[in-house]
Amino acid sequence: MTSSASALASVLAVESDPGGGFVSPSIAEFYPPALAEFSIFGIDFTITRITVISWIATAAILAFLVLASRRMTVVPRKAQFLLEGGYSLVRDNIARDVIGPKYKPFVPFLGALFFFIIANNAMSIVPFFQISPMSKFAYPLVLAILVYILYNAVAIKNKGLGGYLKEVAVPPGVPPVFLILVTPIELLQVFIIRPFTLAVRLFANLFAGHMLLVVFSLGTVYLLGKIGENFSFVFAPFSFLMALFMTFFEVLVIVLQAYVFTVLTATYLNGAVEEGH
Amino acid sequence: MDVLAEIYGSIGSVGYGLAAIGPGIGVGIVWAAYIQATARQPESAGLTRTYAFLGAALSEALALIGLVVPFIFGAGQP
Repeated sequence: MTSSASALASVLAVESDPGGGFVSPSIAEFYPPALAEFSIFGIDFTITRITVISWIATAAILAFLVLASRRMTVVPRKAQFLLEGGYSLVRDNIARDVIGPKYKPFVPFLGALFFFIIANNAMSIVPFFQISPMSKFAYPLVLAILVYILYNAVAIKNKGLGGYLKEVAVPPGVPPVFLILVTPIELLQVFIIRPFTLAVRLFANLFAGHMLLVVFSLGTVYLLGKIGENFSFVFAPFSFLMALFMTFFEVLVIVLQAYVFTVLTATYLNGAVEEGH
Repeated sequence: MDVLAEIYGSIGSVGYGLAAIGPGIGVGIVWAAYIQATARQPESAGLTRTYAFLGAALSEALALIGLVVPFIFGAGQP
């Protein structure tokens, strides 16, 4: 039984009890029961529903990319058209426009990042899955750490460690008096805030999106059970429409957050490959 | 005394609502400025997009820090 299903069960249980109120869904939504547990070298692994969803999402996007690119034609058919649309978005609008002339080596990484995030995000509205692996903090965190290592390594390779630190700590064109303010902010921003916000932004959007959907869906069920009391006949359809509207809003969030994550990665890489002024 | 309204649970949610005002205004200003710059000089859109995203990400950081603070400092409390 999924966590959402047990939340639904507790809402339905309340309905038979006239004195009970609405049991709002809690953070337990994101901790489904373990399907399998094992331990390798003292590290405990737990396979849950969300892990399996992430495997399915990754397998699905992999299958799509392989199948759509198997027989390429000059005039693209449906699948190839989708693939080319996504790929040219990443290559032209993200990599080339943001990173500049040295964009080529980063296109595979950015493309993989974009397609992986979009596939995993999309699981938040696919029926029967309905929860995105990205709403567990570990997934965005690993991606953000990868990006963090990449842009720091590229910057150190291009400018040398000293040159990189100097460029971050003492941005060109800043009057020396302001350095007392600018240096701590820039150091904090580049080395701590960037990876942190990259991970939290993606996580928070998917987390909040899932909670909104659960609240409005359970609210609909609860209000339908109380029909005839306190204008429930007005609010139950409203709650249902909000759940529907939020699903469409999720579609926007899914695409937008994948795009924003990739664009920000490209922006940080741009700072790493750009020559000092 | 009759209780007319009460709040229970985490008061941190109210705090987060207040904390999100500043970043909300900040992100709004960043994108408004980007749209204005693009409207005045459409060919500069690609040039200023990087700065728009950097600025928006930096102001958004405050809201995101606010989001995780209750989880960090509220851990272990009932």
